Amino acid sequence: MPTLTYRDALNQALREEMQRDSDVFLMGEEVGVYQGAYKVSRGLLEEFGPTRIVDTPIAELGFAGIGVGAAMAGLRPVIEFMTWNFAVLALDQIVNAAAKMLYMSGGQFRMPMVFRGPNGAALQLAAQHSQAWESWLAHIPGLKVVAPATPADAKGLLKSAIRDDNPVIVLEGEMLYNLKGEVPDGEHLVPIGQAEVRRPGADVTLICHSKTVAVALKAADQLAEQGVGAEVLDLRSLRPMDESAILASVVKTNRCVVVEEGLPFCGIGAQVVDIVQRDAFDHLDAPVQRVTQADVPMPYNKQLERAAKASPEKVVAAARRVLYLD
Amino acid sequence: MATATPPAPVSDVPVDLRRAMLRQMLLIRRFEEKAAEAYALGKIGGFCHLYIGQEAVAVGVSAALRDDDYVIASYREHGHALARGVAPNAVMAELFGKATGCSGGKGGSMHIFDRDRGFMGGHGIVGGHLPLAAGIGFAIRYRGGDQVCACFFGDAAVNIGAFHEALNMSSVYRTPVIYVCENNKYGMGTAFERVAAVTDVAEHACSYDMAAELVNGMDVLEVYGAAQRAVARARRHGHPTLLEVRTYRFMGHSMSDPTHGVYRTKEEVEEEKRRDPIVRLASQLQAEGALDQAAYDTLDAEVLAEAEAAVHFAEESPDPGPEQLTAHVLAE
Repeated sequence: MPTLTYRDALNQALREEMQRDSDVFLMGEEVGVYQGAYKVSRGLLEEFGPTRIVDTPIAELGFAGIGVGAAMAGLRPVIEFMTWNFAVLALDQIVNAAAKMLYMSGGQFRMPMVFRGPNGAALQLAAQHSQAWESWLAHIPGLKVVAPATPADAKGLLKSAIRDDNPVIVLEGEMLYNLKGEVPDGEHLVPIGQAEVRRPGADVTLICHSKTVAVALKAADQLAEQGVGAEVLDLRSLRPMDESAILASVVKTNRCVVVEEGLPFCGIGAQVVDIVQRDAFDHLDAPVQRVTQADVPMPYNKQLERAAKASPEKVVAAARRVLYLD
Repeated sequence: MATATPPAPVSDVPVDLRRAMLRQMLLIRRFEEKAAEAYALGKIGGFCHLYIGQEAVAVGVSAALRDDDYVIASYREHGHALARGVAPNAVMAELFGKATGCSGGKGGSMHIFDRDRGFMGGHGIVGGHLPLAAGIGFAIRYRGGDQVCACFFGDAAVNIGAFHEALNMSSVYRTPVIYVCENNKYGMGTAFERVAAVTDVAEHACSYDMAAELVNGMDVLEVYGAAQRAVARARRHGHPTLLEVRTYRFMGHSMSDPTHGVYRTKEEVEEEKRRDPIVRLASQLQAEGALDQAAYDTLDAEVLAEAEAAVHFAEESPDPGPEQLTAHVLAE
């Protein structure tokens, strides 16, 4: 199986879907001539031309809305945000238009479109450029939200998202774009709504997604050295969320830590905890712990930033708490 | 038929078309009056923004469109839907929230949709649908079609970023959109001139290298003429146009709001009512000998019966079933 970067896996997904369906087009800032701010769209302008690889002004609300209108008229737009930090300007189009169009039109207007781009913190980009938006987006009925952690999932989930008749949010990771992994050639679709066990274990479940999968896997390595078998469950999709996979793992381990990049208050982890307490209460041997970004705007200073972020050490500490090892 | 309004100059628009426009404006007027009655009786809920006074804008623009064109509007859109040929029964049933409504009772007054008529909705966030219009135009151009999209919005939308982003990108991408600003002077209770640095909306077109016209929105034939020119530019060359149509709403902002009060005087409203677009067209047809009082009365009785039938239809229609609560959240 070929090895690709996460970036090139996304590129391959876009290329294959655009070759397959002439209604698919890519629109966003720097996607064409500049080849993508993160080079995800490298080579696509040359192959598909400016009608289908569309450079935009810096006007997130406007071009997100163009995507919604084009989807109403039957196209399958892929809207790229340079980062999800800037997509906040387009929330009206994502939340008020794309997510609700099918419902408020009584089923008349489908929204076969994708909003995608990097989400979460990179390194020292400070408060306005270091945000993880998944809980905001997953809150909204009418949206699907996916957050691939591996190159294979990046390709398979983006392809599924493009083929979906609903608005799908694809949260990529700026720090993941260079990640390498095996990616199946050609038709590789990852179903939306299915979690994946990244590492089996019997003692504690670490639930994670996107960049925190790597964090949880490192924590699992450290825990193994301490004689603890941690199961790492990658959610992959945040809405719909794979409740049965979460419950199956927690029923097996009886202990659970939820890891996410985002903020704690009303975060993704809070939703996971709700599922676990409701449907696996009798299986829990300890209260569920959460590891999140500190409840502060992201600081610029390197040491402060590290202190604010989820880390393997924090996950190990949380796992030890649910195992009553400390 | 009142005769206070001076008749318009003799028109070269065919009499049959002018009679059809008169009928549509009257239908909208009677429909909205019936909606107001039903609202007062508690049969229509939520917000309900009536179009009375502005009928010439939707009717004049719609008359310049083809069946395969698109229309998208704000939340004051009952009139645009009717002018587009959406069935009065389906529109009224939607206001009543009934299963037979054009959006299945799940949209209401502000979210009228009819895919078959190319009616792309009623949208409730001021200015939010202008980028959608640009996107519909983008899709037309993407497919090499020669349709156009007419986008209706109020003066208040001019002050929001979406207006400027949509016009800029429409011009850059050459999307066949006719942006129709219905300048009725007030965004709810705030006079446009109090909150807009540039009060001639059409001037904004200069910023976006776009054609524009200032149009008297109380004369349906002027609206029709300007719309024809804009549609031709869009259809033949893919160029968008900004039409500033000066009009006036005779009612309050919504059914919850007074017709006049702190923000405009009763005298102003009464003065504007003397420019009633329905009276204007009827007087002109009468002056030409193309419509007598009896014919006008017949027309009025017909559309009133249609509006009453729509209310009856809505009243008799069932509510959406409980299964509709969770239907259409996601496409299967």
